[in-house]
Amino acid sequence: MPGQMSRARRNPVTVAAMHGALIIYTLIALFPVFVILINSFKTRKAIFREPLALPNAETFSTIGYQTVFQQGDFILYLQNSLIVTVASLFFILLFGAMAAFALAEYRFRGNMLMGLYLALGIMIPIRIGTVAILEMMVATGLVNTLWALILVYTAQGLPLAVFILSEFMRQVSDDLKNAGRVDGLSEYTIFFRLVLPLVRPAMATVAVFNMIPIWNDLWFPLILAPAEETKTLTLGSQVFIGQFVTDWNAVLSALSMAILPVMVLYVIFSRQLIRGLTSGAVK
Amino acid sequence: MFFGQLVLRGRWHIVVFLAPAVLVYTAVMIVPLFNTLRLALFTEVDQQRIFVGVQNFRTLFGDPRWSESFWNALGNNFWFFFIHMLVQNPIGIFLAALLSHPRLRFAAFYRSAIFIPTILSFVIVGFAWKLVLSPIWGIAPSMLDAVGLKSLFAPWLGKEGSALTTLALISVWQFVGIPVMLIYAALLTIPDEILEAAETEGITGLSAFWKIKLPLILPSIGIISILTFVGNFNAFDLIYAAQGALAGPDFASDILGTFLYRTFFGFQLQLGDPHMGSAIATAMFAIILVGVCIYLFGIQTRIRRYQF
Amino acid sequence: MTSKTHALAAITATLLGTTALSAQDVTLTIESWRNDDLTLWQQQIIPAFEATHPGIKVEFAPSAPAEYNAVLNSKLDAGSAGDLITCRPFDASLALYDAGHLTDLSDLRGMANFSDVAKSAWQTDDGAATFCVPMASVIHGFIYNKDAFAELGLEVPETEDAFFAALDAIKEDGSYIPMAMGTNDQWEAATMGYNNIGPNYWGGEEGRLALIAGEQKLTDEAWVAPYAQLAKWGAYLGDGFEAQTYPDSQNLFTLGRAAIYPAGSWEISGFNAQADFEMGAFKPPLPAGATDCYISDHTDIAIGLNAASANAEAARTFLDWVGSEEFATIYANALPGFFSLSNFDVAMEDPLAQEFVSWRGDCNSTIRSTYQILSRGTPNLENDTWNASAQVIKGAETPEAAGQRLQDGLASWYEPQQ
Repeated sequence: MPGQMSRARRNPVTVAAMHGALIIYTLIALFPVFVILINSFKTRKAIFREPLALPNAETFSTIGYQTVFQQGDFILYLQNSLIVTVASLFFILLFGAMAAFALAEYRFRGNMLMGLYLALGIMIPIRIGTVAILEMMVATGLVNTLWALILVYTAQGLPLAVFILSEFMRQVSDDLKNAGRVDGLSEYTIFFRLVLPLVRPAMATVAVFNMIPIWNDLWFPLILAPAEETKTLTLGSQVFIGQFVTDWNAVLSALSMAILPVMVLYVIFSRQLIRGLTSGAVK
Repeated sequence: MFFGQLVLRGRWHIVVFLAPAVLVYTAVMIVPLFNTLRLALFTEVDQQRIFVGVQNFRTLFGDPRWSESFWNALGNNFWFFFIHMLVQNPIGIFLAALLSHPRLRFAAFYRSAIFIPTILSFVIVGFAWKLVLSPIWGIAPSMLDAVGLKSLFAPWLGKEGSALTTLALISVWQFVGIPVMLIYAALLTIPDEILEAAETEGITGLSAFWKIKLPLILPSIGIISILTFVGNFNAFDLIYAAQGALAGPDFASDILGTFLYRTFFGFQLQLGDPHMGSAIATAMFAIILVGVCIYLFGIQTRIRRYQF
Repeated sequence: MTSKTHALAAITATLLGTTALSAQDVTLTIESWRNDDLTLWQQQIIPAFEATHPGIKVEFAPSAPAEYNAVLNSKLDAGSAGDLITCRPFDASLALYDAGHLTDLSDLRGMANFSDVAKSAWQTDDGAATFCVPMASVIHGFIYNKDAFAELGLEVPETEDAFFAALDAIKEDGSYIPMAMGTNDQWEAATMGYNNIGPNYWGGEEGRLALIAGEQKLTDEAWVAPYAQLAKWGAYLGDGFEAQTYPDSQNLFTLGRAAIYPAGSWEISGFNAQADFEMGAFKPPLPAGATDCYISDHTDIAIGLNAASANAEAARTFLDWVGSEEFATIYANALPGFFSLSNFDVAMEDPLAQEFVSWRGDCNSTIRSTYQILSRGTPNLENDTWNASAQVIKGAETPEAAGQRLQDGLASWYEPQQ
């Protein structure tokens, strides 16, 4: 029970109940992923006969993975996904933090309006701007380059980044910044040297929130960069999941392969995420 | 204009700080979006785009063929949001409360596990749950059978009465990690002194939770609610991945996002109609804007009063 | 306009640059929804073309069927679409032609190899311009598990009564699900249900054209009767068919758990690869008292030229080749179940495909009733038919109510029906 967490009493029954509840939820959270993973290593018949059984000597098969690897250059796709995700995150964090700092730190006419303007983007699905975005990318020759994706994701991620980061920037102590100003530091130095390091955990939070939709996006890679050389991993795996696809071996393998990298990325960022959240996070 | 004034006053650095974000955001997001929304005021006759004012909106709300779909989608969307609020917040608070327990073993493991569904793509989530809930391959039926409840099983995703709720629950499953994390963070930031002070006054256990902690995490729940609202009213992918663009059965799981997609881009033999699509998008934008305003000016200001 | 030309040049440059070809080579990109055929194009069709046409490279770039229209339209509007466009039949492609995205191909030499019927799906309403080279049609019918039929001592049903008798027998025996179909994805119910059995009731082309002319209504007996048949199907489908998806149905059948599969011939190659029992096919059963049979032999897929293509010459060369006997033979045999629309007598080796195509000799061919003209407006008759077929099979709507609803929807925008 939420209330029973007084540090003084540590009733073993309570502790067991807590672990019980958490374990049950963990099972619920992981179960579908588990089903996909185990079945990706089974023969087709076994998938359907006993979807819950672990692969054994008789039912083990990697045929799905073989199909997947024959179909596309998954290492290249993975590399593209990594480049796009990391570059977009970099720009979201850099530009977002700069704008958030300006909004949080300085009083100027239109501050409030600018804040609202930058938040507007949270409210409209960017997808409906597709044709105009594509026209622009064609006009600038960016179609079928990873830059097209990076630009779109940066623009898409900025509103939330500015929104969250400016909350944090307001909490940075004024004394520190003013001391810097007395010492003759420029506003840029104050931002990069004093403020940024302090909000690093918050940046991690923003990074995780933005990383997921970028990594998993199917729409913009399909429209802006469908070429073989620029395919992302999500788009690459989508090749298997169309209207006429019944090759569940390949589908499950492709899905498993799409799950793994993002899990690794998450594990890398998760410590930062927790620190970011617990040091005052989104209020 | 705006930047010009700042430059004139010698506050160049503000311009430098704001410019990259504003430029990228304006060029790649705002301009295309408003170019599209503008289409709501036009229609196409014989390959010619002509201005028709609010005619498209009149059709959307006046023509029963359109308005019925719209109100159905809007109603479904509110139900979708309602289920989220009803399920995700209590689960979020409960799990966060457990996780925030000091000296809980394996806390990091639980935290990661609960967050994992959030990092999966809709394609994976849609496929995995369809597989689990499939009446054919029997994961859900056989599990229910094992506990003697086989009779409870129904093809939930295929029934008009249960499809939307099932999808909403899948969506909660996917995203509950975010509320858990945010509430968890809020709980951890409650100063120990407050809890100790309360304890000396005899407020412990459940009552400490209700009287002290819950009010303190209300702002977080407010933020979660508004993020959920915006997310739900922009939602599209999960339903599209699980039920297709026609959001079956019989449009029982049609929400604004799928309705917009179908209209804007067309579907199967139906050609896309960017003009009506933009009208729908504009209506969605207005709904979300109203929701956000209610939150900002109605709810948030009240919640703030509880803060220390 | 110059900026558009610049942009095109830029894209072409990036495409060429990234594929590292010699300077003279032209690369043609094909847009398609057939992502299943990727290997077939890469390993058979494209090598065959490139072998005889040095200097032209071809790249097959499919997207998922459900997204194809949206993706293609966006790319065409922005000018980034490939040189060759795979054409859906009728209005979807006609709209592209009207919008100036597809080139008139009437004067292409290879066009001479196609009959007027084959070309009709990719022509302007007056037949003056043909804008896609027809590739294949698909035929509807039922695929059945021969082993199961032998085991239960069943004959292939010719009539409606025999059909339901067979279903009853399978159901009674209990070792097989009588029929593999679900209503979750909706289109199966309309395409493999309504438009599969329907032509026998409305008399194929005659009824279809009468509907377009406004002489018949969807509330007429001929159009409601197929729904009355579908309403009886629900009892023979698997448990929980309401949530059964298309891949579920395919797998149920190919794993040998269902005896009959309401099919389109496009299933053949996939089923051949996955089923380890012998399969047969039978045509839609005849209603009581009927003598003439009708089949849905639907013009399904063609290929056209993007009007904005910078490589129009090379693309025309490729399209000419698509009209050749060589292409027809490769395509029909690599993809049994996609039947060539050309006038060549294409020899096919697959027995199941031969069975399907043999019906062309016994029965009158027609195309799906909703595809030409009738799905131009909103509400869209095809999409409504999906919904209605699924609802009728589930028993959520009566056949008459479904007919009335469709008729009202059609009449709301289609003048001849008003």
